[in-house]
Amino acid sequence: MATATKPDEKARERGALTHPDVESMGEVNVDILRMLSRPGKGWWILFGMSVAGIGLLFFAWGNQLVNGIGLTGLNTPVGWGVYIATFVFWVGIAHSGTLISAVLFLFRARWRQSIYRAAEAMTVFAVMTAGLFPLIHLGRAWHAYWLFPYPNERLLWPNFRSPLVWDVFAVSTYFTVSSLFFLLGLVPDLAAARDQAKPGTLRHKFYTLTSFGWRGTDRQWHHFGKAYLYLAALATPLVLSVHSVVSWDFAMSIVPGWHATIFAPYFVAGAIFSGVAMVITLMVPIRKIFGLEKYLTTKHFDALAKLCLVTGLVVFYAYLVEFFMAWYSGEDPERRVFWNRVFGHYWWATWIMLICNGMIPMLLWLKRVRYSIAALFVISIFINIGMWFERFVIVVTSLSHEFIPFAWNTYRPSLTEMSIVIGSFAWFSFWFLLFIRLMPPVAIAEIKEVLPPPMRRKTEKEGAR
Amino acid sequence: MSEGRKGILASFDYLDSAVESIEKLRAEGFDEITAFAPFPEHHIEHALGYRTSPVRLFTLVGGLTGAATGFAFTTFTSMDWPLVTGGKPIVSIPAYTVIAFELTILFGVLATVIGVFWNMRVPDLKSNVIYDPQLSAGRFGVYVTASAGRLGAARDILEANDPALVEEDAEGRSHG
Repeated sequence: MATATKPDEKARERGALTHPDVESMGEVNVDILRMLSRPGKGWWILFGMSVAGIGLLFFAWGNQLVNGIGLTGLNTPVGWGVYIATFVFWVGIAHSGTLISAVLFLFRARWRQSIYRAAEAMTVFAVMTAGLFPLIHLGRAWHAYWLFPYPNERLLWPNFRSPLVWDVFAVSTYFTVSSLFFLLGLVPDLAAARDQAKPGTLRHKFYTLTSFGWRGTDRQWHHFGKAYLYLAALATPLVLSVHSVVSWDFAMSIVPGWHATIFAPYFVAGAIFSGVAMVITLMVPIRKIFGLEKYLTTKHFDALAKLCLVTGLVVFYAYLVEFFMAWYSGEDPERRVFWNRVFGHYWWATWIMLICNGMIPMLLWLKRVRYSIAALFVISIFINIGMWFERFVIVVTSLSHEFIPFAWNTYRPSLTEMSIVIGSFAWFSFWFLLFIRLMPPVAIAEIKEVLPPPMRRKTEKEGAR
Repeated sequence: MSEGRKGILASFDYLDSAVESIEKLRAEGFDEITAFAPFPEHHIEHALGYRTSPVRLFTLVGGLTGAATGFAFTTFTSMDWPLVTGGKPIVSIPAYTVIAFELTILFGVLATVIGVFWNMRVPDLKSNVIYDPQLSAGRFGVYVTASAGRLGAARDILEANDPALVEEDAEGRSHG
């Protein structure tokens, strides 16, 4: 075998931008596939906690199914409470995964490579979590299929003019598309996992089955690359549409505080903002526990933080515009709703939202903060909290303060509702924990794309380009 | 393929060795070449002379079918039981555009996934054509089939570039 010469300088530079400490391609497989080995004690503790949380979720939900929706704090006029707020929260979390996997792919942002797999998994599991809430909120969950168009003896079809039916189509399309995008991207990496597993073992069989017999041939990569591009191109408008449709659940009604044209872009920005924060919250411990400092450098976190800052500014601007428009509209109910938001019964929720989403992220202007993993982790948790409260504020304060003062009332989530909300986090963690042990959480093949290719000769031959 | 064909797989540690072998093999008239790479590698695609992928047709047809279905289905169901809600026309095009949009994406994606699986020739769980597990880690592979008489020439070309591993397939099956 010829002695290895140093890869040419230009190629080295190319890799140096993203992963300066990764020396060879085989090393990537070793480092990433190591994460799929036998889990440690910490994993089992977290896994046990999420199973317990899921128990709480299904106990509370089962109780609600048996005894009725009266177990919640929902009543006239606040008929939508934390269930809907948490639904919007989880759909929002989902969005940044698609943003990172599809939109940044189209923009050729190379820092996305080491983050996108986990972000995409987060998307799929967040939509799975969000999908529970309409069912829970329905009360009579066994009638959920009424939302879908199917031929029936009463010759009835859904009302396609209703934003709630749009939402059914948007969210179920989003779930299907993000799952397929996620699973297609996984195929080459599952094949890598198959190739390092011992033939004959259960592990080998599992990865053979899930990688569909992928071999990495020229034909496969060729079609794969094109399909990936088209899927990204389709997922990009989809991600913008889904949260727009979710926002229209509110904006299409005439409730003061909801009926605003800014809602669609405001929700999309908020979704990406909260989702990027959640990506940071998830990636920091993964990086620490699995020692992935080589693959998730401070530069990656810097890029995520910048994304957070930009979308955070859009969200904060939207808050201010909402207040301005309420005043400028001259509509009394509109003005009172917004006055009530800041100084009324739910002032604390509004201030949590304003401080966590509007003020704390301003720290991200400082380079020192963006390069400090610990600071980013703390800020991302504040953003997660703030974004949950944003949805609470939008849903609850508007409904509690509609047109006639006689109809005003307050709402307080019941124990059942809070158990289900907490349980939803356990449900999400359950899937995410399974994912990081069964599937490569960092994209193996795509990291190699940005590494300098191993070359025998010092400079690449012109003809080979 | 015809009888008496054999296959040979060489896996290389370096990308340029693989690319050079492909180019030489093609120049010598070997046309049944399969290349392997751990990531999408454009040098290899270029050496093999790839053009457009038919997957895009699947995407286009799927997307258009979705758009048509979205409008046709919402219109049909509204006409099936005409009921005015919210003072809107029975066929409310702006509202139905949302459904049509979502179905465009949904059908487009489903068709793309079917198209790519069809074109990649997967699932193929039973394939036992020779393969090197290192090909998904860091090695680049070249597999070529030829008549038994010409296999020696192919082997010479491959071995000229210092492969890390060379294996022969007695039956000369194709990787598809």
